[in-house]
Amino acid sequence: MNTNLVHFTLNGEPVEVAIEPWTTLLDYLRYHQKLVGTKKGCDHGQCGACTVLIDGNSVNSCLCLLVSLDGAEITTIEGVATADNLSPEQQIFIEEDAYQCGFCTPGQICSTIAMCNRGEINSEEELKDWMSGNLCRCAAYKNITKAARRIYEES
Amino acid sequence: MLNIGNKQKRVDGPQKVTGKATYAADIASPFYHAYVLQSTIACGSITAIDTSAAEAFEGVKGIFTHKNLPERLKNKVDYTDPLSPPGKPFRPFYNDKILYNGQPIALVVAQTFEQARYASKLIKVTYEEKKFKGSLSDNLKNASADRAPEPASNRGDFKKAFKNSDYTIIREYRQSRNYHNPMEPHATSVEYKSDGSLVVYDKIQGVASSLKYLNGVFGLGADRVQVKSDFVGGAFGSGLRPQYQLFMATLAALELKHNVQMVMTRAQMFSFGYRPEVIHTMKLGCSKDGILKALSHKTVGETSTFEDFNETIVDWSGLLYKCDNVNLEYELTPVQSYTPLDMRAPGGVSGVYALECAIDELAHEAGIDPLEFRRKNYVDYDQNEDKPFTSKELMACYARCEEVFGWKNRKDLSKTEPHLLKGYGMATGSWEALQQPASVSLSMNEEGTFTIKCATADIGTGTYTVMSQIAADKLGVSIEKIKFMLGDTAFPDSPIEGGSWTVSSVGSAVASVCEKFKYRIADIWKRNNPDYQAVAFEDISFQKGKLEYGSKTFAFTEIMQQASKEELSIAHSESPAAGQNTHSGYAHCCVMVEVTVDKDLGIIKVPRLVNVSAAGKIINPKTAENQLLGSMVWGLGMALREEGMVDTRYGRVMNANFAEYHIAVNADIHDIHTEFVEEKDDKVNPLGAKGVGELGIVGLAAAISNAIFDATGKRLRKLPMLLDDVLEA
Repeated sequence: MNTNLVHFTLNGEPVEVAIEPWTTLLDYLRYHQKLVGTKKGCDHGQCGACTVLIDGNSVNSCLCLLVSLDGAEITTIEGVATADNLSPEQQIFIEEDAYQCGFCTPGQICSTIAMCNRGEINSEEELKDWMSGNLCRCAAYKNITKAARRIYEES
Repeated sequence: MLNIGNKQKRVDGPQKVTGKATYAADIASPFYHAYVLQSTIACGSITAIDTSAAEAFEGVKGIFTHKNLPERLKNKVDYTDPLSPPGKPFRPFYNDKILYNGQPIALVVAQTFEQARYASKLIKVTYEEKKFKGSLSDNLKNASADRAPEPASNRGDFKKAFKNSDYTIIREYRQSRNYHNPMEPHATSVEYKSDGSLVVYDKIQGVASSLKYLNGVFGLGADRVQVKSDFVGGAFGSGLRPQYQLFMATLAALELKHNVQMVMTRAQMFSFGYRPEVIHTMKLGCSKDGILKALSHKTVGETSTFEDFNETIVDWSGLLYKCDNVNLEYELTPVQSYTPLDMRAPGGVSGVYALECAIDELAHEAGIDPLEFRRKNYVDYDQNEDKPFTSKELMACYARCEEVFGWKNRKDLSKTEPHLLKGYGMATGSWEALQQPASVSLSMNEEGTFTIKCATADIGTGTYTVMSQIAADKLGVSIEKIKFMLGDTAFPDSPIEGGSWTVSSVGSAVASVCEKFKYRIADIWKRNNPDYQAVAFEDISFQKGKLEYGSKTFAFTEIMQQASKEELSIAHSESPAAGQNTHSGYAHCCVMVEVTVDKDLGIIKVPRLVNVSAAGKIINPKTAENQLLGSMVWGLGMALREEGMVDTRYGRVMNANFAEYHIAVNADIHDIHTEFVEEKDDKVNPLGAKGVGELGIVGLAAAISNAIFDATGKRLRKLPMLLDDVLEA
């Protein structure tokens, strides 16, 4: 099978890989790298569970082919914490109980970080709009909003 | 070291926020991947299935269909699970018959997920189709009470009382089909060990159910299979029965003698159970002063052609208000679909939706405020069962909700925007407070750390945290000293995590095993300290990992050292107290909502939701509140968003994805509030705690429906209520 050579940074480490052109970033992370913190909730860009950071922006990794990411800087939930310490975003999600089952949580945290990177959130409604790409079937939305607001204000 | 009642952060939080929590599809072993091909017809049989091209495709390891199902899976095989309804459970690949559209008809196992998925599309299937009834409405004339369990007994003389009532209503309410759709798709990872035994990581609400199924179908006893489920990415009932991915992954692993993983796609999450579509007919009558005189509730629900799925729906109408003339009827009708499945507050959410809409309509007819009407008809006795309640602080919920929401002056609160109509509605909610038998084991090591094990689950409800809190509280140690382990068939038996009974069942067992530990450690201490042999247990206390007697303290670890013991292990099984069946246990709530309806566009929004609940002792207000809030959002989704749409010509779900099956998103939720009133209950279970996972959804859709009427003067009488319903009404 034809493969393409791609170079990128994954959680701070440089990676070079020969990959089939149809492999999505999500499947690459989960099946090739065993970075299973990034979740597959729909595989169609409808739920946000697979959200990761590419050059600081939030991206549905299921909608992104790895071959298109040459030169990109990719951060997954595994790259959010530093060594053994939780990041401030992770701490705040715990404090605010901004989850229940935890399955959507890695995606929610990555979206929150991207929101802070981008800035330009001027109201609660804008914040909720931003976070609405990440479905939470447990519906911990009130606490997710609280956590995301705190993280945004403290960033 | 009081811990019960604390807003304890989740003990599994660090795993969840770092991505280290491992769900069924996150197991690191090298797996073959399995992909299911589904039928494209709803009824008939497979006349030919050609798998040759798929078999020849790169990476394919095996293909399973009804043509090659091992003979041993056909004879005297028990396909039931602990929650199978009456009927014959679905048997994958059993024969050429098609029972529903989306039925698994072939399994492709390959080296990679992509190879398996692609190869499945190379399979050619030809069918012979038969006519069928694709929906509840299509098959109403075959509805029958014979297939359904009998509801609570009728009482009084409904017909006469209805005729003599001053105000009466006869109304029909319809609910569409809803799908659970936990964020985590159903998945099973099977590790095939060199001795032929299996470790099965399953998405399930109780590992014992998976084990029972594997034993019945594959003859795998606990000696040959261990089922594990450390984390469950939501379930809401979808994991109450083993789903077909468990069969698929296990079949393939056994036949190929290799690790196999199967993860459902989102579309496949619409290929098994759901909350059934139902139609309610309500007849209510009251006196001039608003006293409920007559109530009749008839519900017809859908089931499959092969199992009679039933819920407790109409009984709720005989329970919530005082009424001496009650008539309850429940019927089922088969449709060409998979069997429905319990979904968050099964039955209650449906029955109470119809009841609470009807009560609102009757109150309006009688010209009485809906809250006042409910207070007038309050009941402090279970008339269905002829029993008192263990506790019922619903009146306190009404009072507190009225105050927090500002019910009395609600009309003055309206800030009028010219294009928006504002309305206010309320409802009562309730859910059972049950306790099931549960077993646990406890062991303390030489460092004084406790490990408590139980085969229960944590589906996001907070089991890990709440059980750790109960143990810490009862043992008098800090929560860091407790390790609660669950989701493993090697652990002591637990009821399935459902029915909001985990805290009352497993929690009571945890509390008791901790008591046993205290007796045991005190015994050891006395035996090794002759001076204290005569000390009464009542004179000893337990604090900070120490036994205290008078001014002396003895660390648990010292007592162990002295006795040359490295570990102390205790097991305990807890059953509901014998006297519990003399009372009925229920949690209650009051919900009030504000809606806005766009005059021109019909868009419905819910700016404010307030719920006040009475649910006994709240072990952890942080996780309990989160459960309530989540179930309230579910109520909103049910009211305004969720609709599993079936094309009745093909019996196929048309919107099997998140883009078209709408669930509530963050931007749908605005001012949402919940709180608890004090409720003391010394009868419901030893902890005095009632579950809250299901309570908040019950009644909520009715409250929104009632508020839409208040805003628009239109009764929509169906779920979900959409903008075109508003415009067309």
